[in-house]
Amino acid sequence: MAAIEVINLTKKYGQLEALKGISFSVNEGEVFGLIGPNGAGKTTTLRVLSTLLEVTSGEVRIGGYDLVKQADQVRKIISYLPEDAGTYKNMKGIEYLRFIAEFFDEKDRDEMLRRGVEIARLDERLNDRIDTYSKGMQRRLLVARALMIKPKLAILDELTSGLDVINAQTIRRIVKESARQGTTVLLSSHNMLEVELMCDRIALIDDGRIVASGTPAELKARYHAGNIEDVFVEVVR
Amino acid sequence: MSSLFNIIRKEVKELLTPATLIPIIIFAVIFGSLGGMFSGVTEQINEPPKIALINQDGSPVSVFVYQDFEARSEVVYNGTDVDEAISELKAQDGAALFVITPDFGSNISDNRSGVVQVYWIMKGAGLMDSITSATADVVLQAVTKDLSKALIDSHYTDNSTVILNPINATQSTVFKGKMMVGVTPGQISTVMSGQGFVIPLIVVMVVIYAGSMVVTSMGNEKENKTLETLLTLPVRRTSIVFGKLAGAAIVGLVLAAIYMVGLGYYMTSLTMGAALDLSAYGISLDLFDYVLVGISLFLALLSALALCMILGIFTKNYKAAQSMTLPVTMLALIPMFVLMFSDFDTLPLAAQVLVFAIPFSQPIIAINSLMFGEVGIVLLGIAYEVAFAVGTMFIAVWLFKKDILLTGRVKSAQGKKGTSWRALLTKRK
Repeated sequence: MAAIEVINLTKKYGQLEALKGISFSVNEGEVFGLIGPNGAGKTTTLRVLSTLLEVTSGEVRIGGYDLVKQADQVRKIISYLPEDAGTYKNMKGIEYLRFIAEFFDEKDRDEMLRRGVEIARLDERLNDRIDTYSKGMQRRLLVARALMIKPKLAILDELTSGLDVINAQTIRRIVKESARQGTTVLLSSHNMLEVELMCDRIALIDDGRIVASGTPAELKARYHAGNIEDVFVEVVR
Repeated sequence: MSSLFNIIRKEVKELLTPATLIPIIIFAVIFGSLGGMFSGVTEQINEPPKIALINQDGSPVSVFVYQDFEARSEVVYNGTDVDEAISELKAQDGAALFVITPDFGSNISDNRSGVVQVYWIMKGAGLMDSITSATADVVLQAVTKDLSKALIDSHYTDNSTVILNPINATQSTVFKGKMMVGVTPGQISTVMSGQGFVIPLIVVMVVIYAGSMVVTSMGNEKENKTLETLLTLPVRRTSIVFGKLAGAAIVGLVLAAIYMVGLGYYMTSLTMGAALDLSAYGISLDLFDYVLVGISLFLALLSALALCMILGIFTKNYKAAQSMTLPVTMLALIPMFVLMFSDFDTLPLAAQVLVFAIPFSQPIIAINSLMFGEVGIVLLGIAYEVAFAVGTMFIAVWLFKKDILLTGRVKSAQGKKGTSWRALLTKRK
């Protein structure tokens, strides 16, 4: 069964049509990347799939649930990490993870928290207030928050945006590990290297439409490009 | 200079937004309306007061006093019956009944002050409601002075005490159907404003503080993008809205309790000097009344929070949240000011409707009404508050399910800024 099925999805903001009938599917356990220029519709797609924005038309199924009719069920199996996501700064790291775990079944909470602590790798700093964390530490905490619940689908917007190489690499490793354990990952990124390194398949989105999709190798072969960055330039030019 | 103008233009454009203009315009309208009310009061002061006169004495001195009262005021009743006179005064919006007692002339002849019984008609507990009785009091002082002068000119008596105080006014006040013997409107007004000032202040403070907490919380959640995380967790939108409201309500109630204790002590110390126990006249609050005021206060707080939640939905960040609380602050200040100057009962119908429609008025109306055992209007107010709070909470939950929560204002295809009402009204299937 496909983890995500998107059929002819459109999204309008008033008169502005941000998504113009996109269709794609993502298999279970797959890491799927959405790439495209600014304003192409990547974040809108992720927000719609995260139940944050309403569907204008089209059909979306996540884990077999209808996104519109079964939004509550969808929220139980997804985890969304927005670009530049923040935390409650007056909480300690460990309190934040506990706060998130409280929204899930009581029997799973201890295990979630244990996993969150393990993913965050913040050791003793988890007992410090979040406003004392560096950007990299905050992002690790947020990734831990997103993955500790073992979601069927993790939706990650600009996963490593603004992070240094070390922190970015650590986070990518965490996400890949999570995918190996069965979590389907849908991510968007401007970092083509990241996309090439992480994604099993990629869709290029431009002006609200999917203009190309396939594995990194397929795309590079199709556009006679040495890397995904060249594919991107070729497609959107 | 062009650089300077460039910066000035940018600053003006940035600062002169609807968010800054609208509150100022509302302030101007409120103060303009208050000015209108005050000009009405000035006219009232300049007009001769409407009074009723009963002369139970036939002496020349009493006739002099009677004629002087007549000359200085508009007499709406001239007869012998006190109850009839009071009814006529009430009907004609009169200020006071002056009864010249049977032994008025003989008392002065015997070098004692002549007794005039004064029945003040007090319409409300607001500051402006005692204006009419104040103008009648001025007439009484003037008549007393004229009598002093006449006694000197006619060498009627050489007793200085009588000349200085020829009239001994025994005063009673008719207030909301109660005859309060030995009490002046000023004394009632002092005690009432002391007792009734605490609740309006608490309402305003709590609405402003708790309301701004909700709006700021929404602004922070949006700015930090924590709201997006919250909305994708397995929690119902209703739980998020009620959780936020309940949290702010608890803090609001704690604030209210702190204010109540502090202001209670403050007002008690202020009103101790008034030395008038209104409970002796049946004007007091019992436990049931306090419960009703508490319920009304809680519902006003809930209404404010729900209203602020709706405003918070439209805010984009912490900075924008600051100006969003202004409309609610205005709504809290209107009943406080209006009911400070005028009793709800004595307001014009249109003003009554306006004040009643603001849910924050209800605790203020409640405390004043319950002092006089008027439970009906309080229960009606509570029912209205419940309807208002439920309605606004319903709207807040509904908006929480809409794109507008995250998108706020969006740009149309033409690039013009505006609220996406079409998106807002798009029904989720």
